[in-house]
Amino acid sequence: MFSTYPGQVVVDHPVKVPIEHRFDPYVDNGGTLLSIAGEDFCVVAADTRLSEGYSINSRYVPKSVKLSDKTVISMGGCYADCLTLTKKIQQSMEWYHHAHGKTMSTAAVAQMLSIMLYQKRFFPFYSWCILGGLDEEGKGAVYTYDPVGSYERESCRCAGSASSLIQPFLDNQIGFKNQASQKKTLSLDQVLRITKDSFTSATERDIYTGDYLELFVITSKGVEVQKMDLKKD
Amino acid sequence: MTSRLQQTKGGFNFDNHVRNTMMEGKGMGIPKATKTGTTIVGLIYKDGLVLGADTRATAGPIVADKNCEKIHYLAPNMYCCGAGTAADTEMTTALISSQLELHRLSTGRQARVVTAMTMLKQMLFKYQGQIGAALILGGVDINGPHLYTIYPHGSTDKLPYVTMGSGSLAAMSVFESRFKPDLTREEGISLVQEAIEAGIFNDLGSGSNVDIVVINSEKVEVLRNYAKPNERGVKEASYKFQRGTTEVLKTSIRDLVDIKETVNIHTSEAMDIS
Repeated sequence: MFSTYPGQVVVDHPVKVPIEHRFDPYVDNGGTLLSIAGEDFCVVAADTRLSEGYSINSRYVPKSVKLSDKTVISMGGCYADCLTLTKKIQQSMEWYHHAHGKTMSTAAVAQMLSIMLYQKRFFPFYSWCILGGLDEEGKGAVYTYDPVGSYERESCRCAGSASSLIQPFLDNQIGFKNQASQKKTLSLDQVLRITKDSFTSATERDIYTGDYLELFVITSKGVEVQKMDLKKD
Repeated sequence: MTSRLQQTKGGFNFDNHVRNTMMEGKGMGIPKATKTGTTIVGLIYKDGLVLGADTRATAGPIVADKNCEKIHYLAPNMYCCGAGTAADTEMTTALISSQLELHRLSTGRQARVVTAMTMLKQMLFKYQGQIGAALILGGVDINGPHLYTIYPHGSTDKLPYVTMGSGSLAAMSVFESRFKPDLTREEGISLVQEAIEAGIFNDLGSGSNVDIVVINSEKVEVLRNYAKPNERGVKEASYKFQRGTTEVLKTSIRDLVDIKETVNIHTSEAMDIS
């Protein structure tokens, strides 16, 4: 016989016990994204790997979507939620265009996204959003969000699985933190080099980042898309 | 006054089962087993066997080591691939390797693979799966080549081709498609390389390079980094910091030891050479 502890009840027949079934709708599909605002340009970059647990669902699933000639949105987290949220934004932008006869500005989209996210405060979209684009003055703008809509305009931000690896590097190279050098404006070429190196380095150390890198470069001329290979292991 | 003699109980003590169910009832579950982020394989070919492993060590979602060694030396004629908790595979194989050497000296003979397998499984069973070591043991002895899998709880299988770790399904799909008995050395190495690469590219817990060890009755070839399909490209820019990037705010130098030098000048005396 087992030795008993105080309060234990020992029975010799099967017992009915309530089993709690829980609805667990969220899944983390991994991936990393970043956005850097320049003087007259904005870069939005994201890897294209879609993972689940230790498996790869797809090597090429773009995380960034062009919303207009001036705005690009990038989302990481639960891909299902990201897809629906993107669709909602695009549909709202189309209604706006019909109602007002013009494309929504980056700042307007930024606020709308915050409202949309907070509307599902009690069953959130599990998506980490970064909105990149040009503001009404033509300067680069980056807006970062949390899953329930808190947002802020910043000069550079990364989100996703390797964000804690890349953000300190960006703070040092773009924000010139923790070093004595003078702040200088970075050219588009320098920003692209920093972005590519951020992703190759993140791919080395984060298992969820890799496969391909898609770069959206937003300038006054429009949106240009570049694709680059990353390590596939 | 007589007192009843407390008879010593034999067999296993299941008191911890009672404790565990009580803990679960209070909401504290059993600690989750850490995933084995690895692909390790072994196969027997015409003249011996080939062992293979990837070289990625993970700590959760982060790559801790991009080029670690997962094929451990056990004896001159035996090597062991390890998946699971890195410390456990290291220590277990080192311990049994040491025991095998003493065994060799005591018996005066080359150790048999089944001896190593028995030592490993008896130790792992004793610890009831708490030692997270999933091993592929391969070696050639007087009875020919032998390949075993050893699971953390102590069970073993003897097979002509095996895979273990989180990438085992990817690797096994390659083996099940292309393995046949009596492969040549080149075919065996090529198949092992393909199986490990399947794990490297399709499993997130495995990555980097392919390590291979070929054992036959005459020699052992350790082919460390046999394939390197994931070399890092050249960086876009150099991030070397110039002198002065870290500002020196204050400099203070303090002598720790007071050095007083006194020089004695005295008339030199001639050397005594008598």
